[in-house]
Amino acid sequence: MNEFWHIEPRFEAAVKGYFAQPPQAEVELEFPVPEKDFNTAGNGASETKNLLKRLGVDSDTLRRIAVAAYEAEINVAAHSKGGIMKCLIYDDLIHIRFQDEGPGIADIDQAMIPGYSTADELVREMGFGAGLGLPNIKKNSDALHILSSANNPTTVELLIFF
Amino acid sequence: MTLNEIVKLLEGEVLIPDTDLEIEVPCAFASDMISDILMCTKEPTLLLTGLTNNQVIRLSDMIDVIAIIFVRGKQPLDDIVEMARERGLPLICTKMTLYRCSGILYNAGLRSCKI
Repeated sequence: MNEFWHIEPRFEAAVKGYFAQPPQAEVELEFPVPEKDFNTAGNGASETKNLLKRLGVDSDTLRRIAVAAYEAEINVAAHSKGGIMKCLIYDDLIHIRFQDEGPGIADIDQAMIPGYSTADELVREMGFGAGLGLPNIKKNSDALHILSSANNPTTVELLIFF
Repeated sequence: MTLNEIVKLLEGEVLIPDTDLEIEVPCAFASDMISDILMCTKEPTLLLTGLTNNQVIRLSDMIDVIAIIFVRGKQPLDDIVEMARERGLPLICTKMTLYRCSGILYNAGLRSCKI
């Protein structure tokens, strides 16, 4: 499997500490993300944002979480055979994990290049396929971890601190 | 610039009755690609687009969209208009192209949204 990590330097210690020993989440949410279902795709990101808004997370952070989660949710719907979005919410951060059923990303570094897209015609007709999904996720996250390879499931997880 | 001035400049049609057209619009962004639009995380913005599907309305759950101008005479379906009405999101249609709309608004002093 190929691995990609991006961690904002000021959160390096916090991110490593978190993954070394993940604590018990205060709230857990789970959303199915069916393949090519653009009617429901984005529900998970919307509902997560609404919950965090009620919990008092500031609007700039909310927007970053919503955009990162939405892009990742659309990626699962557009490019995979479907998957699950799972949110772990803590006092000071959110950990969102996307696990799909393949077919995987052959070259993660290439997928990170703005403008590179493998979206099919149906996906492009919806207005997706700009090749900015992963770059937008990276830009809005404090930590991004991708684990994938061709013909395998993909895991994308991100952390955003409040 | 108010939304009302924008509607007049673009010869637009307001799709939702009782829309508040006196709201102030500080900046605008134009694109037909969802991920491009999602780069607008820094400030509330007017959106000009030729996309009329449900995901365009859903964008306003993620970022602060003040109103949407549908260009090139594109008309969203009733359920899309209903989604926007539930969210209090003004929708406007114009027959003008994206390029023409952008040029007119830019010349009238409406600046580009910060990304």
